Amino acid sequence: MRHVIIIGSGPAGYTAAIYAARANLQPLVIASSVEAGGELMNTTDVENFPGFPEGIQGPDLMTKMQEQAERFGAEVLYDDVVDLDIAGPIKRVTLGSGAVHEATSLVYATGSAHRKIGIEGEDRLSGRGVSYCATCDGFFFREREIAVVGGGDSAMEEATFLTKFASKVYVIHRRGELRASKIMQERAFANPKIEFVWNSAVVDILGDEAVTGLVVRSTVDGSERSIPLDGVFVAIGNDPRTHLVHNKLELTPAGTVWVDGRSSRTSLHGVFAAGDVIDPTYRQAVTAAGSGTVAALDVEHFLASIGEAGAPDPDAAEIEGLAEVDAA
Amino acid sequence: MTAKATNSTSWNEDVLQADGPVLVDFWAEWCGPCRMVSPILDQIQAENPDKITILKLNVDENPDLAMKYQITSIPAMKVFNKGEVQTTIIGAKPKFALEQDLATYLA
Repeated sequence: MRHVIIIGSGPAGYTAAIYAARANLQPLVIASSVEAGGELMNTTDVENFPGFPEGIQGPDLMTKMQEQAERFGAEVLYDDVVDLDIAGPIKRVTLGSGAVHEATSLVYATGSAHRKIGIEGEDRLSGRGVSYCATCDGFFFREREIAVVGGGDSAMEEATFLTKFASKVYVIHRRGELRASKIMQERAFANPKIEFVWNSAVVDILGDEAVTGLVVRSTVDGSERSIPLDGVFVAIGNDPRTHLVHNKLELTPAGTVWVDGRSSRTSLHGVFAAGDVIDPTYRQAVTAAGSGTVAALDVEHFLASIGEAGAPDPDAAEIEGLAEVDAA
Repeated sequence: MTAKATNSTSWNEDVLQADGPVLVDFWAEWCGPCRMVSPILDQIQAENPDKITILKLNVDENPDLAMKYQITSIPAMKVFNKGEVQTTIIGAKPKFALEQDLATYLA
């Protein structure tokens, strides 16, 4: 039996793995078969991760994190968790291959999944002009007109990236201002290929075999109009990926996994959570990495408290104290 | 045996005139999900050498075929049989999910 299993291989999962591995806990990381590396695998330039003044490609950053974790003894499995049995003192993780792994503690760092608009044409035309990955699919829209739906950082990043290929990129946003950071906004505003469609909600995506346009409704006066185009990139945010722990871990009203104060302790003894799956607000690579650190230290402290894996780490004890003050 | 590459030049022979089903994986170097699905397809090919032929087509190097088959999202996997597209799978999926999608060919 292992000391700890980490589910997830984004910045939270790999940072937890780096810390746990350095503490000689030989963590097993379940990285997923096709989404290993997490959300950053589908991004290009990451310009806000400290330590990379020239920026770094998302996939390169994740490869480095993985190498760093493996250097200290973390083991990475490319498989998907299909079932969790985590209520008792032994945490059992069943994988797609059928293999079952056991550990005394678990870090749940599954991140978030892209949110859908939730309209009929969206699923039907997914992969036929509707996309959730600009870096994967932008290439196919050379000299075409397309739309990005959303107003956050990822929407601005996608819109700016897509102007490399598309002749025109509409940015469709429900409000009259953007949530995106100033630098991303300014970049998008300065781009002549980007046209903003403000105060508009997408109500239909048109096309039989492929996208031919979409219908937007004004959030101000309810009027509708259609815009002919060839592609729709959806970037309206993410939902925490909690499907494996429904009815097992307590969730917050925001849908994230509940944790105690600033700690990573969930409602189950020996189960810790980190990264986007506990964070409804910040959801940055750096905050996820910090959150992964917290989880690894909490795991160390937990294992020590049950008499496994050495004496309590004084740093972890201090963090425990902090969390209690917070909760009080 | 892992999945081999195909291209515009050998397309007719490799795919359209082939005996039995041929799965073509439309991929590109810059597509993260494509890199994840690629070793899975190699495994499926290795485990089913006689049931299906799996080929990889780089869309950067063969834009004509990507356009002809209206690829707008990759990875896109199309199963050809006697020159016709029989099945289309879009997006990276875990091995067990791909095997389900390909069940009729792998049985």
